[in-house]
Parts: sequence; structure tokens; C-alpha cells
Amino acid sequence: MKLQKATRCALFAIMELAAGPDRQLSANEIAEKYGISTNHLAKVLRSLGRVGLVEAVRGAGGGYRFSGNRRRTTLLDVIQLFETIDPIRHGEREDGDDTAEGKALCQALMEIEDTARATFASITLDTMIKLVDRNR
Amino acid sequence: MANSHARQTERKYTVRLAKAADIPQVIAIDAENTGMTKPEYWEDLLDIYNNRVSDADDDGQQKSVKRYRFFLVASDGDSVLGFIIGEVRAWEFGSPPCGWVFAIGVRDQIRQDGVGATLFEALTERFRKAGVNKVRTMLGRDATVIMSFFRSQGMMAGPFIQLEKDL
Repeated sequence: MKLQKATRCALFAIMELAAGPDRQLSANEIAEKYGISTNHLAKVLRSLGRVGLVEAVRGAGGGYRFSGNRRRTTLLDVIQLFETIDPIRHGEREDGDDTAEGKALCQALMEIEDTARATFASITLDTMIKLVDRNR
Repeated sequence: MANSHARQTERKYTVRLAKAADIPQVIAIDAENTGMTKPEYWEDLLDIYNNRVSDADDDGQQKSVKRYRFFLVASDGDSVLGFIIGEVRAWEFGSPPCGWVFAIGVRDQIRQDGVGATLFEALTERFRKAGVNKVRTMLGRDATVIMSFFRSQGMMAGPFIQLEKDL
């Protein structure tokens, strides 16, 4: 499974900021660590700001900080701001889907979609940060 | 073996084997959590897990794999705050012996206070003493709250896939 670039940027940024309650980082600092475009990341951070997951801190040494609840916010909460991970469940249809073969294929793909949704919906940022620590 | 704890609530409680007198409170906690009251189910479980003659030893140091089923409660005096049930099972689905968690419940008003984590730690400690080094559970895909809890304890998807069919 592959996540879109904006989704990955958002997840990296949010894990980085949520790792410390008083952590304040600039878009540049985050972009440099993950080798991503600062402009792209700035757009993503604005999207996260609109839903209250991060807030911009003004002034010298300003940047962004996490403003959500890391024990309540799940990977799915962040991912679905940028993409749909279960398009078939959301009614997206493709050519051939109305045939018996297409229906069988949708059934198999939905099994994967449902598992992906359950995984992302049950992993909080707090759990991700623990996983990150274990991987250090 | 009983474990004493004082977590965020500063409430002191002990984890110990469940007794018959705890069951009405276990039933009430389960009803709070699931919306269903299943008295016979819980009474049967106590009988299977803690009341069998072969399991009648105390919850002490493992002498053998004699005690491999655990129905534990976190209690503050006579008040039951939560429960957990698990057992060591071997060779089902080709799996070497491992601990299974079958049920866990905590009073709604003390969720997020660490009682569930303490119960989970207490059970896994007993599994380790019973000689296993893996713990498993199974959940509904839509049970995201409880799945988040188990993931927060470090659990990840395992190598088995559950399959079913309408009959």
C-alpha cells in the first residue's frame, strides 16, 4: 500500500510535532529531516491547522506546534484529510464493476480496504510515537 | 501473587484472581461496556477459569503449567474496577503455546486511568511465568477503541487471518 505524498508529509510533520508537547519546529526543519519540499509541507501544515491539529506560532523562533490530543488522534484522522483509503466502500466505481467478475474483484478489494481502515483507525499518534521510539 | 498499584487517579488497587463475590460487578462492568448483560456466561467463565479443582492453587509462583488460565480483577477493597481473562493455549491453528486475551473490561468512569494497562501487564506477567513469550487476542474490525488500547500496549497484527462463511 502506498500513501500519497501529501499524506506522508502530514504524518511525518504531525509525528514530529506531537513527539513533544512543547515542541515548536519550522516547516524548514521538518522538511529538511524528511527530505521533502518546504512549500509542499507548508500547504500540508495549513490543512492540519484548519482542523486544529497544529497551530502556527508567530514571532522570532516561530514555527508550528501540535495542538491536538495524541491519545485520541488516529492515523486515519490524518490520512483522510488528504485521501480516501477505501474508495470502493465510498462508492467509487470503475469499468466492469457491474459484471459478476467485477463484483467478485470488488469483494476481494473491499476485504483489503476494511483491514486497512481498521489498522489506521486503531493506531493513535501516541502509539506511533512509542513505535518510533522502539525503532530508534 | 497480587500486584498493588496507584496510577493517575491516586486510587490504590490490587490485581488478583476473581472470586465468586466479584461476578455481579464484573457483569455490571461488561454491561456498561457492551450494553449486554450475560450473567450465565460470566458465572461459567469463573467456574472454568478459577474454580476448577486442578486450578484451585493460589495465584502464586508457577510450580508447573498447572495454572494456565487467569480470570483477574483489579479491586479497590470490595469494589471491582476492571477485569481481564486469558489463558495459555497450544497448537491450535498450528501455533506453539501462547497466551490469549479473551476479555477485558474497565468501569466507564475510570477509562484512561491506567487500570486496563495494569490488568494487561498483570496477565502478561503471568503468561511469561507460565513459559510463553507471545500474547494474542482477536477483535472485531470495528472495535476501534479496544483495538487502540491493545495497540497502545504494543500489540500489532499477527501472522493469522480469521476466515468465516455463512452457513
